[in-house]
Amino acid sequence: MAVSSLSKPILKVENLAMYFPLKKKLGSRERKYVKAVDDISFEVQEGETFGLVGESGCGKTTTGKCILRALDPTDGKVYYKGRDIAKIPIKSIKPIRRELQLIFQDPYGSLDPRQSVYSILKEAIVSDHKFHTRKEINNRVEELLNLVELDPDIGYRYPHEMSGGQRQRLGIARALACSPHLLVCDEPVSALDVSIQAQIINLFKELQKKLGTTYVYIAHDLAVVRHIANRIGVMYLGKLVEVMDSEDIYDNPRHPYTKALISAVPTTDYYIEKKRERIILKGEVPSPINAPSGCPFHPRCVYATGICKKEMPNFKDIGKGHMVACHNL
Amino acid sequence: MGNRLLEVNNLKLSFFTVSGEVKAVDDISYHVDEQEVIAIVGESGCGKSVSQMTVMQLIQMPPGKILGGEVLYKGKDLLKYGPRSNEMRMIRGAEISMIFQEPMTSLNPVFTVGDQLREIIMVHKKVSKKEAWDLGIQALKSVEIPDAETRMKNYPFEMSGGMRQRVLIAMSVACDSKLIIADEPTTALDVTTQAQVTDLLMSLVKKMKTSLVIVTHNLGLVTRYAERIYVMYAGKFVESGTTEDLITNPKHPYTAGLLSSVPKITGEKQEKLKPIEGFPPSLIDLPPHCAFLPRCPYATDECAYGPYPPMRIVGDNNHMCACYNCIGGQ
Ligand SMILES: Nc1ncnc2c1ncn2[C@@H]1O[C@H](COP(=O)(O)OP(=O)(O)OP(=O)(O)O)[C@@H](O)[C@H]1O
Ligand SMILES: Nc1ncnc2c1ncn2[C@@H]1O[C@H](COP(=O)(O)OP(=O)(O)OP(=O)(O)O)[C@@H](O)[C@H]1O
Ligand code: SF4
Ligand SMILES: [Mg+2]
Ligand SMILES: [Mg+2]
Repeated sequence: MAVSSLSKPILKVENLAMYFPLKKKLGSRERKYVKAVDDISFEVQEGETFGLVGESGCGKTTTGKCILRALDPTDGKVYYKGRDIAKIPIKSIKPIRRELQLIFQDPYGSLDPRQSVYSILKEAIVSDHKFHTRKEINNRVEELLNLVELDPDIGYRYPHEMSGGQRQRLGIARALACSPHLLVCDEPVSALDVSIQAQIINLFKELQKKLGTTYVYIAHDLAVVRHIANRIGVMYLGKLVEVMDSEDIYDNPRHPYTKALISAVPTTDYYIEKKRERIILKGEVPSPINAPSGCPFHPRCVYATGICKKEMPNFKDIGKGHMVACHNL
Repeated sequence: MGNRLLEVNNLKLSFFTVSGEVKAVDDISYHVDEQEVIAIVGESGCGKSVSQMTVMQLIQMPPGKILGGEVLYKGKDLLKYGPRSNEMRMIRGAEISMIFQEPMTSLNPVFTVGDQLREIIMVHKKVSKKEAWDLGIQALKSVEIPDAETRMKNYPFEMSGGMRQRVLIAMSVACDSKLIIADEPTTALDVTTQAQVTDLLMSLVKKMKTSLVIVTHNLGLVTRYAERIYVMYAGKFVESGTTEDLITNPKHPYTAGLLSSVPKITGEKQEKLKPIEGFPPSLIDLPPHCAFLPRCPYATDECAYGPYPPMRIVGDNNHMCACYNCIGGQ
């Protein structure tokens, strides 16, 4: 889906940065930072899914938390429905908070083990102040359980009596309780078995069709993100290196890192797999504390030239909203 | 085809727990030839790790108990030797080595990488301390760890996950193992590191003429690397065959379901995935019929009344499947 210039983004992130200060070493004057997210920009259109991929530590979760204002970004703007919420006082964010919800990898940690499914959902529903009477609340619980395809009888159970897939459905039901407009899903299926993963991925897609919710879908599994997302952003060491339509991630990746990432993912298309081009990266991802100068990927990039060491490439549109940050295209 | 290196016949192991008998490995048979790369795939809890630890006799007994079968390594039944026998001790490491998912648990955190490499080399080779140390350095170099001399003095926690996994591979290299069992060797790693480490492992296996058993839930990984595959469900093998046959022409409804569950990075974008309904059964009180029955779109009356369908040949190249209604007939 190409971005039309007419459509209004529900979310617009501009030059977002999140630096975590490190403890100063004794006697050292300079303060060091983990540049977890470093000057990234992207837009998410209403009702679409924006996928954020990249390897461990590249800044995906931090980006998600900044969007939800679970973190106060160091710099940059986060426009939600046209209003910058990056810097406004936490108090004035309260009314929007319910419209923005988060789904975790395994909701187990955030589910109170002493609460039944029913009371977990009830609590989320009540916080929205839309449903008051017992009957309304019960109906809403049932509706939510239906939405995520859980048997209504499960209401009496406790989280530890449920399978991983069922718990994730409960996590989704809870996030949906306040009819959110934007859901940030952080690795929502990575803890699940493949056969269960597929069930939950299909559920996400169906819910979006029914409810029109916008997703920011964070994951390291490229195949999953390609499947679920309309647009995909690829992160490396706190930077966005490429943003494109999901159709392009396999057919037309342009950044050298994206290409390497794609080629690293094996496929079950047997005959394609046997003749795919493979790019094996040398070395490891550098530390975000001493990120390389210029393009963060240059020490591992086979195309790197002199300028790559010195200057961070611009994030430029190479056509139809396909954005790439690379000096050598 | 090379000579048979390992042949496992009708292996059975259960855990006897307060809630009942857990049939973790239920009558499985497989083999690995010299210089062959095979894979065992299946979802969490189906018995992959326990099956391999049973072969190595690393299972705590009790609660575990071997209920039958044989593990023929170069023709000798390893089960005849006790888990703590000298024979088994020499087999583990020198002949067969295991690489686990989380290397932190198989590396000792209080010793340096060099000390551990040296020790394992000295157990298996008659060399001096100094020679063992030098062999250790060579082993680290063979797994492409830069600065091997310095790295020998590192503790495991001072290394990245990918680096630690390389150290474990170095250990198998240093011992000239004939068979490496890699249990989810790269699951905890990022994709690019995963590709780096697995490619390295494969090239070493080729060079050293070692056989390899890859244990994983990742179907893409086995498509890329394995020559033959065994699919495991609820403690049993349900399908086996060459990678090409099994991936392009799955016969068991479970294998087919797994394959249509995973989204692909290649080809046309699928509109919708076809998941397997329901979830895997508990390994306690398994029914006498096919364990996949409650989730199976192909099930017939025969499946519910018949005994557990045995593995039988359903195609060329020894393609085997345990199902009354194999896909595509037979
Ligand atoms: N509160 C914090 N204080 C200091 N550093 C942090 C903090 N939170 C995250 N970081 C660092 O910021 C970087 C980005 O972390 P983040 O969790 O956003 O990565 P991620 O892409 O979500 O990784 P993963 O795939 O492993 O979840 C990492 O180097 C991490 O160690
Ligand atoms: N010590 C034990 N006592 C009782 N049951 C056990 C014990 N160890 C393992 N099991 C059970 O045996 C079964 C097989 O476990 P196993 O670890 O082999 O699964 P797996 O296929 O390797 O799964 P995963 O992909 O999660 O690693 C599981 O149901 C597990 O709960
Ligand atoms: S035996 Fe029957 S239930 Fe089992 S997989 Fe085959 S068709 Fe399905
Ligand atoms: Mg994260
Ligand atoms: Mg296991």
